[in-house]
Amino acid sequence: MKHLEEKIFKVIMICAAMIILGVLVYIIATVFYRGLPSLTLDMITKLPGGGFYLGKEGGVLNAIVGSLYIIIGSLAISILISVPLVMYINFYLPAKSIFSSLIRFSLDILFGIPSIVYGAFGFALMIFLGVRASLLGGILTVAMLIMPIMMRSFDEITRLLSHELPDALLSLGATKYEMVKVIMKQLMPGLVTAILLAIGRGIGDAATVLFTAGYTDNIPASLNQPAATLPLSIFFQLGSPVEEVQNRAYASAIILTVIILILSFSARYFSSRFSKNKI
Amino acid sequence: MISTNQHLTSSTTNSFIGMNEAITLKKLITNQSIKIENLDVYIEDQHILKDINLTIPEKSITCIIGPSGCGKSTFLKTLNRMHDESPEVKISGKVFVDDENIYGPHVNVIDTRKKMGLLAQRPCPLPMSIFENVAYGPRIHGIKRRKAVNQTVIQYLQYVGLWDEVRDRVRTSATRLSIGQQQRLCLARGLAIEPEYILGDEATSALDPLSTKKIEELFVKLKEKYTIILVTHTLRQAKRIADHIIFMYMGKIIEAGPTEEFFNNPKKQLTKDYLSGSFS
Repeated sequence: MKHLEEKIFKVIMICAAMIILGVLVYIIATVFYRGLPSLTLDMITKLPGGGFYLGKEGGVLNAIVGSLYIIIGSLAISILISVPLVMYINFYLPAKSIFSSLIRFSLDILFGIPSIVYGAFGFALMIFLGVRASLLGGILTVAMLIMPIMMRSFDEITRLLSHELPDALLSLGATKYEMVKVIMKQLMPGLVTAILLAIGRGIGDAATVLFTAGYTDNIPASLNQPAATLPLSIFFQLGSPVEEVQNRAYASAIILTVIILILSFSARYFSSRFSKNKI
Repeated sequence: MISTNQHLTSSTTNSFIGMNEAITLKKLITNQSIKIENLDVYIEDQHILKDINLTIPEKSITCIIGPSGCGKSTFLKTLNRMHDESPEVKISGKVFVDDENIYGPHVNVIDTRKKMGLLAQRPCPLPMSIFENVAYGPRIHGIKRRKAVNQTVIQYLQYVGLWDEVRDRVRTSATRLSIGQQQRLCLARGLAIEPEYILGDEATSALDPLSTKKIEELFVKLKEKYTIILVTHTLRQAKRIADHIIFMYMGKIIEAGPTEEFFNNPKKQLTKDYLSGSFS
């Protein structure tokens, strides 16, 4: 009987693993099968040519650059706000502080808000301020979307840190700030994980940037010009009735996937270089 | 890298002796001791330490023994004000360190902690190289000159007998050391901030017998210059290295005295029971 139980559970586990792998392979295969023929050098080096929506010349350089601008800008803002916040609730507030549980609770709620709501909120705010769809609007709205993700995951990793390191530092006569500086070194891989999660969510999201960053065939030259993004390119291209253009959407998807891969690997690389002496 | 090392080693032997003299001189001038008056510690509603009155003799090893949960570690933490980090801990009473009440109104916590080198139960190297681990303390306390920092690091690594083991890899991660080496590194790191007291919170309980022996030998060597207070679980360790014993039970000091007298001629029934192993 016990033997059977063991066997059944093993089968369930293997099935679960296979389903995940299968779905991943299926998605990647579809994207590459349909996109690869359309993925020319023009796609990544040229701006959309005339009659793009009908599926003709040019590429999606506008969207590649726009997406990178937006994700880098919003990452910078999120890191600048997330790191101090997480350090504060973990090392400055007492362990059972009401304020820190309130912050964690609000982050959990923010975490669950759909991205379209952030988009709508950003849009409403921009109308109120009299700003039109722009790179800056996109950066700020995506920052709002990814901040809770980054904070919550970085917070979880920080909470796992044992008390020994902070205690060791304090007993050496370090101030809180000196202590946090050393702890950040230790937490670097954790921060990178949080950043990767944030990138994954932020760069692929269409709903936040739909109203706030707008769309353009050009590369934005300043923060108040509209910016194109890859998810929106994919969205518009898929909406075309022409199959050639639809295939370009899959090519754009390949580009987006590769960008995420490059960002992930470089983040991992830099994190391992920074934390050569990690425990 | 190699050339700097050679340069460093050549300058160390002489200055090391110089440092010893300097420390001895300093200790002669200051009246170095810890005196505790009516100390009570509460954690939330629990009365952890009850009316502790105590004088800890200078330049000797004092071991605090007692069963788990008797307040030994809490007591040690009151000496370097590590309870400041937990608001649920309430402390009343006076702790005089060098004739200054460290719970007085105008006391700088950093200065108090700097006087107390803490050796924790498990070694916790900082996420840096071996060299940086020892250099960290002197640096945050204002020693910036490279030469001075180098000298300090090598002095204390030599003092704990680690220098010869790690001299080729002082720039590599401290976490690659064995756990016994890590504990000696932590001791060197603590000594590098030039404390007057050394607190050990079961500092050898995670170590193998050989590493334990090395640390114990270091303590015996250190007591010439420092006042050492150790919390220990093992009676045998207390017997081996302590000059004075404090026996605590349920947050109270039951008996305290010189080691030999304490073990050979305990006065209280509770002490006799504990020593005979009736409870632990």
